[in-house]
Amino acid sequence: MDLLNALVALANFVIVPAVAYGSQLALGALGVTLIYGILRFSNFAHGDTMAFGAMLAVLVTWALQAAGVSFGPLPTALLALPFAILGCIILVLITDRLVYRFYREQKAKPVILVIVSMGVMFIMNGLVRFIIGPDDQRFSDGARFIVSARDFKAMTGLREGLAIKTSQGITVIVAVVAVALLFWFLNKTRTGKSMRAYSDNEDLALLSGINPERVVMITWIIVAALATTAGVLYGLDKSFKPFVYFQLLLPIFASAIVGGLGNPLGAIAGGFIIAFSEVTITYAWKKVLTYVAPESLAPSGLVQFLSTDYKFAVSFAILLIVLLFKPTGLFKGKVI
Amino acid sequence: MSEPVKNTLLFVVVGGLILLTGFTQSWNAAILILNMGLISAIMSIGVNLQWGFAGLFNVGVMGFVALGGLAVVLVSTPPTPGAWSGGGYGVILALLLGAATVVAAVMVAQKMPKGRAQTFAIIGILVVGFFVYRAIFDPNVATIEAIDPAVAGHLGGLNLPVLLAWPAGGLLAAGAAWLIGKTALGLRSDYLAIATLGIAEIIIAIMKNEDWLARGVKNVYGLPRPSPVVGYEVELQQDPGFLARAEWFGLDPVTASTLSVKLGYSLLFLIVLLVLLWMAQMALKSPWGRMMRAIRDNEVAAEAMGKDVTRRHLQIFVLGSAICGIAGAMMTTLDGQLTPGTYNPLRFTFLVWVMVIVGGSGNNFGAVLGAFLIWFLWVQVEPIGLWLMNLITAGMSDGSGLKAHLIESAAHMRLFTMGLILLIVLRFSPRGLIPEK
Repeated sequence: MDLLNALVALANFVIVPAVAYGSQLALGALGVTLIYGILRFSNFAHGDTMAFGAMLAVLVTWALQAAGVSFGPLPTALLALPFAILGCIILVLITDRLVYRFYREQKAKPVILVIVSMGVMFIMNGLVRFIIGPDDQRFSDGARFIVSARDFKAMTGLREGLAIKTSQGITVIVAVVAVALLFWFLNKTRTGKSMRAYSDNEDLALLSGINPERVVMITWIIVAALATTAGVLYGLDKSFKPFVYFQLLLPIFASAIVGGLGNPLGAIAGGFIIAFSEVTITYAWKKVLTYVAPESLAPSGLVQFLSTDYKFAVSFAILLIVLLFKPTGLFKGKVI
Repeated sequence: MSEPVKNTLLFVVVGGLILLTGFTQSWNAAILILNMGLISAIMSIGVNLQWGFAGLFNVGVMGFVALGGLAVVLVSTPPTPGAWSGGGYGVILALLLGAATVVAAVMVAQKMPKGRAQTFAIIGILVVGFFVYRAIFDPNVATIEAIDPAVAGHLGGLNLPVLLAWPAGGLLAAGAAWLIGKTALGLRSDYLAIATLGIAEIIIAIMKNEDWLARGVKNVYGLPRPSPVVGYEVELQQDPGFLARAEWFGLDPVTASTLSVKLGYSLLFLIVLLVLLWMAQMALKSPWGRMMRAIRDNEVAAEAMGKDVTRRHLQIFVLGSAICGIAGAMMTTLDGQLTPGTYNPLRFTFLVWVMVIVGGSGNNFGAVLGAFLIWFLWVQVEPIGLWLMNLITAGMSDGSGLKAHLIESAAHMRLFTMGLILLIVLRFSPRGLIPEK
């Protein structure tokens, strides 16, 4: 029995990665949920919006690196983030003006808007591949670890190390700041309140003189900012590859729906639920169990419930269970 | 211009485009486009059945296509010697136990009174069932995968003629669709979309990882051809009768044999397409088809008229998916190999959707036309893009990085163009090229 080492191993392999991944999913899911709340459709192009924003950040980072600018121990990508957000905002506003507005004015059915977002997804995907190519790109720099496994071992004298990557630390901090800003905006400012009113009851909001086009514009701006941030954080943590962002669509939707589509708080909770279940179910528990279990009961296999390739299956199974038993999500979302 | 004339003209134009490919590029390329166009047309009919007839938003086409491909391996390849006696029955037993666990859990969820006892019972059944399943499953899988892993390591198939694999692919896809439909069809349209998107990913994940089933990412090569309609090039090149005919056409034996093989496939695919198109047309005109459209247009009213909306949805979901499965089996037969790593949702799900919407959802001929047109563009956008990029960059200096980049990324114009076509059609002609009547 060695509970301390077991805890450290658990933190190192499960808790830290899942918290970082959960923050990234939560930011992505917030974007999906906001679009759903205000524009009332499921945006299939969200993964590719993230990819586009992250791509801009990669390009600006490279330019900054070439110019000799660096951010000390922090990744240069953080300096590039505002520029990338700006670029992404411009792209989504153009898309809204050219594509979505027409259907909004027509009061098209949500499913038509979903198909339209499929077309936008193709175009954004094509744009990203066109500009940066389909390959893996690395753009993280600065210090790699906040705490490296070796330092941790030397510090505590334990057998297990606990490593926290800079990207993981930054992910959590940036996500907390972004979410705090978002909630402050939605709950305290006049514009934020008008957005919530519009989401809650469109007719009543229109009646009280809220300009719908302005609400929609602000929504897109926030969504672009969230998507870019999520995309950059994910890219820093793993690596930037356009197709991976497309595949993130599924866990992001799962997070948003599990939490209750249209409910920002739910999106965050959903993100962490999905991330923790994906990591715990695909993690090989052998190491932790050997510390906890008495010697005679030590596991012989890897004690991995599912191979990591099935992580989509996990988010999907949770999604299905929630949809079947509580269709509005854990926190009450909209059901139209 | 009257409706039939316009529609015939549209088909003639698309046929002309394919012929043009034959004259300007090569006949090999033209027949390749034709063959994949025929398969895409079948997939489109399947999606059109679901979306155009019933308004079901299925974005899991890729999964059903892949299941069709799996059926080809399971039906037509020879069984791996020793795999069944070694671990095959054990794996089947484990899978049955796994299924029994899920069924038991569902029954407890339905029959037992709600409360803490029920929750514990469900969790208990699932946990115990999972460990029993893994205890039987793992060693048997290890046995199978150890048999000659370089070329086999999987169960193998039934060694039946490959043509039987096509309906089998349909059946496999239909079975999966029934399971999915039972759980997901009650959901709202965009939830159904996300659910099917996820299921397709899971099907691909299973096919990639379960090596005992069809070798996973190690791929299965050398799938049999539907002879005698489709022969083998080497045999044809030694057949004196064939050589005489090739001589008569003025073709050298190698070209003639490849063309003849491909045309054999075209013939088979055309027969399947015509049969399915006829069936879909009959269904559309029948009272059943009218009922489906009534349900699509107003579910509440149809329900009030005593139509069982959920069951009809399940029915058409299964039928449409089965057609996609047949197309998937045909495609794998054409490729001669099963490569689970190449299934990509953009290519196998969303592209089919573009085909249906551009062609005209709700109209079978529209779906077929859209399939040929979009597939032609999908293939030809790349050379056209390259040509365009060469034109644009002609004025730039040869060493410039931008020029190299632009020419290099011309290959990625495909997705962009497809998105653009979809958006333009949705905006200016939302009912497609051949609208529903």
